[in-house]
Amino acid sequence: MNKKLLSAPYLLWAAAFIIIPLLMVLYYGFTDKTGAFTLENIAAIATAEHGKALWLSLLLSLTSTLICLLLAYPLAMILAKSNKGKSFLVLLFVLPMWMNFLLRTLAWLTLLEKTGVINNILKLIGLPALNIINTPAAIILGMVYNFLPFMILPLYNALTKIDSNVINGARDLGADGFQTFLKIIFPLSIPGVISGITMVFVPALTTFVISTILGGNKILLIGNVIEMEFTTTGNWNLGSGLSIVLMIFIVLNMVLSAIFDKEGEGTAL
Amino acid sequence: MKNVLVNLEHISKSYDGQLVLDDLNLYIRENEFLTLLGPSGCGKTTTLRILGGFETPDTGRVVFEGRDITNLPPNKRQLNTVFQKYALFPHMNIAENIAFGLKIKGKSKSYIDDKIKYALKLVNLDGYEKRMPDSLSGGQQQRIAIARAIVNEPKLLLLDEPLGALDLKLRQDMQYELIRLKNELGITFIYVTHDQEEALTMSDTIVVMNQGYIQQIGSPERIYNEPENAFVADFIGDSNIIGATMIEDRLVNILGYRFACVDEGFGRNKPVDVVIRPEDVELTKDPAEGTIQGVVSHLIFKGVHYEMEVQACGFEWLVHSTGMFPVGTPVGIKVDPFNIQIMHKPASEDEEAVGVNE
Amino acid sequence: MIKTTAQRIYVALIFIFLYAPIATLMVLSFNASKSRAKWGGFTFKWYASLFENEAILKALGNTLLIAFLSAIFATLIGTAACIAMQHMKRKGRALLIGIANIPMLNAEIVTGISLMLLFIFLGIKFGFMTILLAHITFNIPYVILSVMPRVKQLSPSTYEAALDLGASHLQAFFKVVFPDILPGIVSGFIMAFTMSLDDFIITYFTKGAGIDTLSTKIYTEVRKGIKPEMYALSTLIFVTVLILLLLVNYAPRKKQDTHSAKK
Repeated sequence: MNKKLLSAPYLLWAAAFIIIPLLMVLYYGFTDKTGAFTLENIAAIATAEHGKALWLSLLLSLTSTLICLLLAYPLAMILAKSNKGKSFLVLLFVLPMWMNFLLRTLAWLTLLEKTGVINNILKLIGLPALNIINTPAAIILGMVYNFLPFMILPLYNALTKIDSNVINGARDLGADGFQTFLKIIFPLSIPGVISGITMVFVPALTTFVISTILGGNKILLIGNVIEMEFTTTGNWNLGSGLSIVLMIFIVLNMVLSAIFDKEGEGTAL
Repeated sequence: MKNVLVNLEHISKSYDGQLVLDDLNLYIRENEFLTLLGPSGCGKTTTLRILGGFETPDTGRVVFEGRDITNLPPNKRQLNTVFQKYALFPHMNIAENIAFGLKIKGKSKSYIDDKIKYALKLVNLDGYEKRMPDSLSGGQQQRIAIARAIVNEPKLLLLDEPLGALDLKLRQDMQYELIRLKNELGITFIYVTHDQEEALTMSDTIVVMNQGYIQQIGSPERIYNEPENAFVADFIGDSNIIGATMIEDRLVNILGYRFACVDEGFGRNKPVDVVIRPEDVELTKDPAEGTIQGVVSHLIFKGVHYEMEVQACGFEWLVHSTGMFPVGTPVGIKVDPFNIQIMHKPASEDEEAVGVNE
Repeated sequence: MIKTTAQRIYVALIFIFLYAPIATLMVLSFNASKSRAKWGGFTFKWYASLFENEAILKALGNTLLIAFLSAIFATLIGTAACIAMQHMKRKGRALLIGIANIPMLNAEIVTGISLMLLFIFLGIKFGFMTILLAHITFNIPYVILSVMPRVKQLSPSTYEAALDLGASHLQAFFKVVFPDILPGIVSGFIMAFTMSLDDFIITYFTKGAGIDTLSTKIYTEVRKGIKPEMYALSTLIFVTVLILLLLVNYAPRKKQDTHSAKK
């Protein structure tokens, strides 16, 4: 009995539903409606409308990724030190997923609206109202809210993997708490940072739902543009071309993280 | 002489074009404690896996009680293995682990219960039935692995470096335990190890292996006192191995000096290797009394004896002695003729394969 | 002590941030007013009318059926792949893992449109089947992700030990290997089920006109105004899962206690 044969169903599945579909996106992206080769769909990213959407997407997704990192790192450190098990943590973050993500995002509307819950509380304690609904700020908030768990988990995993003797060793050799963090803990957690960044950046860059719900249809991200090409406008070639541009950024992110990760491991040694 | 239980005939095996075993021939007698000894990569574990049925040899046959079992799957063989890292089933308690083989064979519950009790008593772990494997120490897990194997009443027990993961003291205790078990059960043991001390302590027969070839087969005393080549001499215990010339029968030229010895039949003026164990090198206070003269260059106290290194005639002699000479002392070196072991120089690597059972 | 208090507050704030919208939805499910913005008094009426709303119940049925079926298929295919990978050379394994990672690392929107293009090209009618195929595709990586570490931890000698003790290959797999990797398979299944349940984007591109899951139904309602029954349904699902998880998490701990007490 050859056990390698057990991978056959998966290989067939991957070929049919992962590889071939991606090749089809490439095909549509590099052809026009008549099927002739063209670079026009790719070049379309340079037009003012699409370029602006891409730029805004990059800006918002990078900002959210940074905020997620800053919020998640201290949390992951606290959780890594506490004796609460990983199952508790996973529970904490998987549980919200059982409430539909569209509804959860929509709930922020109720919270953020001019006369919403948050503003009522702010008014009660005498603070100025928060008017961020239908602005890029609301979209960032939605992104951070939706993708924060994807940052916390890899960070937590990386931090719990650090041998406490390594940290004790640094303290023993005279490093104070901050130096230990800077020279030992952070460098050793870089693989977690990298995978966290990837897990947040890619979905944030490509979302069209969060911007639709919290941006009030006024703010177009690159995801919205692609979505419209496939659903309303019906120009698959253009949609595929823009998707290819998007994938270039995803691949770029992967390459960068691979480089950083290697360097991180190198200095960690 | 007891009957032959297993015969390995012309076994060869290679992985990815790399020859691991080359035309290996070996037989094991009933109730023998046979040890396959050698450095990692010498083919000892592969030999064991071929016996266990986990590997199929490229050529050759495995004959068990006169029956060819070369292509018999492991679950159909009348032998059991004690694995290197115990391989206890982590999700089953001790009783379930021990009962595994018997349940597969469909034995009755009362039979199985008796067997579990008996086996646990045998390995001195009565009352451990309900414990889980991970709550046991390494030594205890090892005993359970042995118990799990022997309840199946195998004719042959294969042990793959079973004591490798234990600390020194525990290892020594387990060595005595294994000898006791073997004598009590009357099972044939084939034991794989790279630890020469373990091999010398427990075995009836030692098979020294290197690079897929059997280097020497013999009793522990024979292997230690009369190594057949430099590899065996070097691998078993400490030794001084010196290139020398056989002048004639019972006379050898070592480092330019004539030494009397007891070996014959090497011819005249033939290059040979000479092995002298460190405890067989005698140092004399008066340098003139020795066959050759040297100066002590290192001195370490080892408990039972002193270990010294003596520079003499361009060779660093390793010496074990209860007497002590400080570093820098000029001494004489004497060797009793009986303690000089003459070996053929290997003409090629192939000649290192000495595959004759005694 | 101050340090731990500060830490507690920080954890609590993040916790509030993650759960505030959920609490909001729960409150809204009891809101007598149809508007999100106004509190019109406490009511159970949306819970009552939920069970008469066939469109929502149909969407719920689709969602659960797709989640269940896709998780089952993904678990079977993914687990088999993991076991096969264990017997592969390093390069083959790296390639397989690499392919497995594509749907996880790629943007969901690209996965969605690529599958949409495939289904159109193959002429498969959009509907239940296309959603199911898509969900299996993106679920497999999650199964591999949680089964693979378990398979890697398997000591090859336990399998061989089972053979050595007389078990056949199938017996050795089901008595020794399977129980050992079962926790990974179960968590892979749950992960896949959850991912399928929560998915919107890929479903959106691979569903036909006549079929809706809860996600796509909600998305169409976003513009028209969400029916409060939807809040009631979400609350019910969430509370059910919460209770289940608490039970599951509490039960084995109790078992462990009695176990250790026996020692």
